[in-house]
Amino acid sequence: MSTVATDLQHAVEDAAAHLYVWALKDIPQDLRDALAEAAGRETSIPGQRVLQTILRNVEVAEEEKNLVCQDTGIAVYYCRVGEHFPLHPARIYQALYDGTERATVEHPLRSNTVHTLTRENTGQNVGYRVPIVHWDFVSDWDGLDVKCVPKGSGSENMSFLKMCVPADGVAGIKRFVLDSIVGAGGKPCPPGIVGVGIGGSADYAMHLAKEAIARPVGTRNPDPLVAQLEDELKDLLNETGIGPMGLGGDVTVLQCHIEHADTHMTLNPVAVNYQCWAARRASVHVSADGVVDYDREF
Amino acid sequence: MERRLTFPASEEAIRELRAGDSVLVDGHIIGIRDRTQVRIFDQGVAPPIDLTGAFLLHTAPGVRKLEGGKYEKVCIGTTTSARMVRFTEPLGRDYGVRAICGKGGLPDEAIEPMKRLGMVYFAIVGGAAALETTQIEEIEEVYWEELMPECLWKFRVKDFGPLTVAIDSHGASLYHDVQEEAKKRLEDLYARL
Repeated sequence: MSTVATDLQHAVEDAAAHLYVWALKDIPQDLRDALAEAAGRETSIPGQRVLQTILRNVEVAEEEKNLVCQDTGIAVYYCRVGEHFPLHPARIYQALYDGTERATVEHPLRSNTVHTLTRENTGQNVGYRVPIVHWDFVSDWDGLDVKCVPKGSGSENMSFLKMCVPADGVAGIKRFVLDSIVGAGGKPCPPGIVGVGIGGSADYAMHLAKEAIARPVGTRNPDPLVAQLEDELKDLLNETGIGPMGLGGDVTVLQCHIEHADTHMTLNPVAVNYQCWAARRASVHVSADGVVDYDREF
Repeated sequence: MERRLTFPASEEAIRELRAGDSVLVDGHIIGIRDRTQVRIFDQGVAPPIDLTGAFLLHTAPGVRKLEGGKYEKVCIGTTTSARMVRFTEPLGRDYGVRAICGKGGLPDEAIEPMKRLGMVYFAIVGGAAALETTQIEEIEEVYWEELMPECLWKFRVKDFGPLTVAIDSHGASLYHDVQEEAKKRLEDLYARL
């Protein structure tokens, strides 16, 4: 590697270490706004108690400089790599791995990563194929965007896939999402963000659902048909009465985000990935010359 | 109703609680998780402390080990309870546990043993760990360190909560009621799809 590449790898590693801790401590403004809006319209007594506790917790995390939630999750990164960015994705991955490990040791953060069969801890929130990285490549660009989403297990355990048939139509998609969220009850720490992936293949639908939960809260899919479905599903889900922490109430979800892909004529896959109310997310932009800008959102 | 309770607690005090009550807890609470209970019940290893009247918290805390072996809190929050529902009855029957606290609730199979044995389930706000950490005054004891972080923890707490009594010792469960209501509403929602 050249000196430039070495420096750039260090810059990405530093950024990853910072992003992981930042995401865990300081939830984004769009999410704070959505939680405050939820508290403004919740009418159930236990639901209101939950939302007030959530709002107080966000403040306490800030005052105490502590983590919002103890579940430091599994580190998930979303990378947008410009075709002219001078560091190869293999090196970007290594930098994300090293940054995650460093943050875990230095803070210290609870380490959650275990071998999936032996259940033995594999290290400092890193392991075989962990952290998990989603890649997107951008032509005619020389930058790198990295978003860190530490994903807690309470919400990740509430992930569901159904291979609907084409004759189930859009109604089948809606019904499956409704059934999933009612079945999940209070377990995924509602009210959160329901990520839905539709189309593609079985694996890709879940991949899309995971992309959906990481979007800024309340953004809409650029396809107007999909955006309309996001609005409809959000309203339907809030009529189920599950409420904050599943104790009953008006606010079951803060948002429903949908990502889609074209699919085979005989497929109609629907995937649901839940993101808890503490929808932690932090982003950074790294320029080709290694300048790091922590305010960029994507 | 707003209440305050110190643990360990008596059956009588637990029987006074009703589903929906808001409770603040003082005294001592015990942290346990999946592996802790697997060791007690599946591997038959008796817990190293008396759990009579105890308040159990479903947690795997983030901690820092100090020189001299003591642990300092970093971030302590609560995990999903439903995974551990099968331990409800033996905890009450064999060890006299009075309260289980976690997030997300326990399925209906916990209702009958809690009624019979005089136990309650307290719902805490999942994810609200920064606040919860400030309500834990000290980590007094840690047993079974080799299960880190799923050890058996003894915490001293002050104003721990607010907790909601979500399953009481009289057969009421907010989770059961919410699910029944949701099923009714779903029938109506399906018709509008």
